[in-house]
Parts: sequence; structure tokens; C-alpha cells
Amino acid sequence: MEEAKGTWKLKKGLAEMLKGGVIMDVTTPEQAKIAEQAGACAVMALERVPADIRAAGGVARMADPDVILKIMDAVSIPVMAKARIGHFVEAQILEALGVDYIDESEVLTPADESHHIDKHQFKVPFVCGARDLGEALRRIGEGAAMIRTKGEAGTGNIVEAVRHMRTVMDEVRRLQNMPPEELMAAAKNLGAPYELVKEVASLGRLPVVNFAAGGVATPADAALMMQLGADGVFVGSGIFKSSDPAARAKAIVAAVTHYNDPKILAEVSRGLGEAMRGLELSTITPEERLAVRGW
Amino acid sequence: MQGAFREHAAALRKCGCDAVEIRKPADLEAIDALIIPGGESTTIGKLLNDYGLTEPILAKARDGLPVFGTCAGAILVAKELVDSDQPRLGLMDIKVRRNAYGRQVDSFEVEVEIPVLGKEPFPAVFIRAPRIEDARPGVEVLARYREGIILVRQGNLLAATFHPELTEDLRLHRYFLRMVAERQ
Repeated sequence: MEEAKGTWKLKKGLAEMLKGGVIMDVTTPEQAKIAEQAGACAVMALERVPADIRAAGGVARMADPDVILKIMDAVSIPVMAKARIGHFVEAQILEALGVDYIDESEVLTPADESHHIDKHQFKVPFVCGARDLGEALRRIGEGAAMIRTKGEAGTGNIVEAVRHMRTVMDEVRRLQNMPPEELMAAAKNLGAPYELVKEVASLGRLPVVNFAAGGVATPADAALMMQLGADGVFVGSGIFKSSDPAARAKAIVAAVTHYNDPKILAEVSRGLGEAMRGLELSTITPEERLAVRGW
Repeated sequence: MQGAFREHAAALRKCGCDAVEIRKPADLEAIDALIIPGGESTTIGKLLNDYGLTEPILAKARDGLPVFGTCAGAILVAKELVDSDQPRLGLMDIKVRRNAYGRQVDSFEVEVEIPVLGKEPFPAVFIRAPRIEDARPGVEVLARYREGIILVRQGNLLAATFHPELTEDLRLHRYFLRMVAERQ
């Protein structure tokens, strides 16, 4: 019997296994262990969390393979890593390292202003950011097996993630209520592949798992995104930029599981110390916005 | 709770059966059987402990509640794990190795023989899958693949190292529902 590897079912399937879970940004094996012990369903291996990337400026690239390999050695849960938008060689390197998922991420400096990576060429699955349904379906068309909101990474401000999740959900609901003959025009207006538009209309959701990301700093933020329809949550700077990362990580995991239970949310929100400082969006210049990277 | 619960619920509904999500002990009261889905076994095991689900599930399973663990679920029902002492239910007399086939790039789909489901091969999806390395007496080995055991039954307990919920083939869910019917 022939074994098939790197199939769409396997790529999409791993994302299904992450549903209802929290994926945490980590920069060291110690942080990765804290995340795993707190109940993270996966970690994102980075050299710097988005808040530090934002502060440091300059060109942000794929992490040093050494950092990634050490984190892979430290934990038994899946390890993800980021490649720059359009930088398919960084993706090839990450695949060769054996990471479990690649995030083609706007948090890093884009390598190609016109084209994203052709993700069908890889055995390793990809997650990509999206601000609206058209962007999500273009990424899925290129082979992304998981979608996340872009939000505005490294700000600790949930407003953009809410905007992006609401936009996607609203557009999905609109497709769901359209008669079939209107779907081609909808595909044109969304700039999205027609077959995927039809699939969304019949499923009533994205054909792949859809996580929230970019600005989650508290258990309440995480539960808010879940109640808005996210399948799970990425937390970047929010954990290791707070005063008590282990407690906050654990609380955010509980908040994602029990997102509909305000009593539990109240309980886990207590005594977490200070959240990350956070940035008001109007203080960021348009050039500093990460979410506008990619198309 | 965490993982492929939506897919399992959809498969059960296709078999004409109701499905509810379990997050708290109170949710366990109305159920006739329990499926522990694929997901991250460390995450699910921790949540089971933190929210007081471990003890009630153990009590019900000892009382005959049918329990089906797939992938992470198979890890959680195993008494013995290779190289791990993570929190789990430890119901079945099996020894399981986590991530036994490698990382995600080594995940695979293959058709396997499962005699209790009939002659037609079963499409098995292995995602960062565990392997059952040993089954003690009293555990019935229902299927093997390569050097490992992939499906076992021990009375009211069933465990698979692959993901039947990710395929259109409902035979394994129907097999489990027959276990539930036998009990009633």
C-alpha cells in the first residue's frame, strides 16, 4: 500500500487538530517549555516577538535555524516558524529543518511586493494572515491550509483583529445568503477564486481553520475573538511581554476553552499582573502598519 | 474541548446520532458515550485535570461508559507512555509512543486493513501520529500497520492512532456506535 505525504488532507488536518487551542510566540527553549506546560497547542519559534521587531526596526527575517532547532528539541507539541512574504527560499529552509507549519507572515519584512509563496509546492503546511475574505481565499488558492486574522501584531491592541474577523465573518454570511447566480460576480468583487467562493457559500465558513492573531493581550481578548467566530488564537508579544508569562499563558488557554463561560473568564483573569503595555493605533504611522503588507 | 471535535460531531450526526461538546463535568451527565478527539494531548490532558474532568470520566468509564480515543485521544487513554509522564486518563493497558512516525512532513495517508470493518481497506490519516507499541492481555488488537498497532479494543474502550473523523468513511464510527448499543 502506497503512503501519501504532504497531501492537502494532512496539511489541513493538522490545523484541525489545533482548533480550540492557543499558539504562542516563543524565542527560547525555556519559553517554549513554559508555553507547553501552560497548555499551548503549538508554538511559533522566533528570534524576536513582534513588539521587539517593531521597536528594533530594520529588516526582519526568518529566525536563525539554531533558535528554531533548539525550540523543536525542547517541546513535543508542533513548532511553527515564520518566513517573509514571497520568500520561498526561507520556506524551503524551514521545510528542510522539519518545522511543522510555516507562517508566511507580514510581521517580517516582505521579500516580494507582488507575489506570495506558491504554497502548493511544499509538503509542509502554511498559515497566512488575512484582513478580509478575498485575501483569505487568495491565500488558500495559493495553498495555505490555515488562515489567521492579521490584526496589528506587537501592539497589544485587539481592535484590528476584531475588524478583520468581523469583516471575514460578515462576507461569509453574505455569500451564504446569495443565490448561486450571484456568486461569480461576488468572486470578481472579492478578487477570489470562484471555486472557493462557492465552497464558502455552501459551508458557511472558510474551508480551512481560521485563527485570530495580532493584538491579543488578555484572556478577555482571546475569548472575544472566539465569540466572534475564531477557531483558536495566536498570542505573540502578549505573553512574554507581560509581567507573569506562565500565569498569563495558562489563563489565555483556559479562556479559549471556556470562551463562553463568563464565570470562568472572571476567575482566570484575576491576579495576572500587568499586561503588555500596548499601543494606540493612531500613534502608529501608516508606514509602520504591518497588516497592510501583502495583498 | 480542543482538537478535531467538529469533525467527530459531523461524522456522528451523519450516523444519525446527537453530539455535544464536553468542557465541564456537568456536560458529562447526559452522555451515552465519549469520544476524545485528535488534538494536542498535552493541552487536552491539562484541561481535563484543571477543570475536574479526569475523575468523573474515569468513574464513568469503569462503570462501562464507551470511550473512543483517536490520535491524541489514544495517548490520553493509555496507561503507559514512552518518554512522557504527561497528565492523562490511563484507562487502557497499552503502551504508546508519541510522534512515533516523526514530524508533520512525515505525516501520511494510507489504506489499511481492518478486518472487523470488512474486506474493504480503510483510509487512515496519520498526523504526527502515535504508535501503540504494546498491548497487554485483555486488549484486542484490531489492526496493525508496519511495525505498530493502530487500533485496539478493551471491553468498552476503543483507541485508534489515526483520524477516522477526517475521512468520509464512517465504518469506524458505526463500529463504536454498535459498542454503545451493545451496552444499552
